Amino acid sequence: MVCDVCNKNSATVHLTEIVNDKVVEMHICQNCAKPKAKELKGQLSISDFLDNLLNKEDVKSKELSANCSFCGLTLAEINKKGRLGCRSCYETFKEAVTPLLKKLHSATRHRGKFPSSGMRDVLQEPKEEDLKGRLKRAICLQEYEEAARLRDEIKAREKK
Amino acid sequence: MLKDFLTNQDSWLNQEGPSSDIIFSSRIRLARNFSDYPFPHRLSKFKKENILNRIQQVYKQVNCLRKSSFLRMEELDNLERQLLLERHLISLQHTSSPKGKGVIFSKDERIAVMINEEDHLRLQVISSGFDLKLCWHLLDELDNELGLRFEFAFMPDLGYLTSCPTNVGTGLRVSCMLRLPALVITKRINKILELLTKISFTVRGLFGEGTAAYGDFFQISNQVCLGLCEVELIENLAGVINQIKEQEVEARRTLLKKYKLSIEDSTHRALAILRNSRLINSKEALGHLSMLSLGLDLGIIKGIKRNVINNLFIISQPAHLQKIEDRPLKEQERDYIRAEIIRDKLKQEDFLKIRN
Repeated sequence: MVCDVCNKNSATVHLTEIVNDKVVEMHICQNCAKPKAKELKGQLSISDFLDNLLNKEDVKSKELSANCSFCGLTLAEINKKGRLGCRSCYETFKEAVTPLLKKLHSATRHRGKFPSSGMRDVLQEPKEEDLKGRLKRAICLQEYEEAARLRDEIKAREKK
Repeated sequence: MLKDFLTNQDSWLNQEGPSSDIIFSSRIRLARNFSDYPFPHRLSKFKKENILNRIQQVYKQVNCLRKSSFLRMEELDNLERQLLLERHLISLQHTSSPKGKGVIFSKDERIAVMINEEDHLRLQVISSGFDLKLCWHLLDELDNELGLRFEFAFMPDLGYLTSCPTNVGTGLRVSCMLRLPALVITKRINKILELLTKISFTVRGLFGEGTAAYGDFFQISNQVCLGLCEVELIENLAGVINQIKEQEVEARRTLLKKYKLSIEDSTHRALAILRNSRLINSKEALGHLSMLSLGLDLGIIKGIKRNVINNLFIISQPAHLQKIEDRPLKEQERDYIRAEIIRDKLKQEDFLKIRN
């Protein structure tokens, strides 16, 4: 296959891009791929994507330089890297992270499983919507005993 | 080291799961982190070693991992790391900067745990064909067992916490590797790919993140992993896969009905090239192998076992060839040896063509 750009060398790099919802395939040679790679770097990196999202949230510069007490990462660094540093970051920067999660997942509340280490018992009383989520999950997983227990708990609360 | 792979008959790669004429493999992974360490990209090599040691001490007590191998990436050479990638046991990212990284995998290669990749733990279960139920069953059990031994980073409202916010919540990524030659030939594939990205599914190439779609292979996975429970996420993907599968079946039917002669021609040509070439690169090999598979699926080519072709998909990759030869090979040498191996494997098969 000949390179789509220079039409000379044989194409060894194969790109599939989605431009305006259309799939575009490109086959290019090593030489022509280099400038393209730079272009892509700017275009596709997840950190840029996150940076954009976070910036829109009007984060004040004071907040940007606040440190996470556990790993020392600042919001500015998180913006840059597109990665959080530790579990504490999620608490420290909750205000900035929550709208971001909403954009990524169209949701902000976990409905899946809990760790088996008994975390469930350590928690304060779960909210009613949590219980409903867990009921749904238990039914999905065909854990009917657990589902019945949750159903009774929800009923008992509604009576209160 | 790792030579056993080449003769591992227990590997899922040698099995033939449900619907494996279209769905090559099913995979689910969970991202998990320890609550008492920062995420891997914030860890010194020393701390990463701590984590590796901690896991090395306990993994044999975990039921699903009892007979598994534990490897430090640092102790492997480049070729061996590449081999693990080609067998879908580790990610592309895991092959670079090996310090402090590790991998555990079961003898059948179904279960794999990457240590200190983007998250402390990436648990994955992979199986042949369309078998997400089996994957989830094993993975859930593995996660529960590990959850009893380690405290994972978790918040009741956000779920499992991960280094990248795209994995927060369930930390679950479910994917199927599909072989869609008829949709590619009939050019219906682009419409489907466009649609998939619109409804929040990701399409990737043979080795996941950052790889191109070769040999009509497409990996389709979920984007969202917060706000739905694990089983819902899995069932949503399964629903999409079923629809694509139907589309491919329909496209194959169309091919047989409208273009019978040309599809017979193409599949036999593919076979002829594979049986006769002296130099063949991996992309070309994948393309012809995919066409040969299609011939088999449509009943045009008979007498060859699917797992022979599936096995060729795997062993014709660069690191496998070099492992077979047990030395580093230059590109042209690889193309020569690849052609030789393919010729040899296909010679052993007794082809009965539909016309004679």
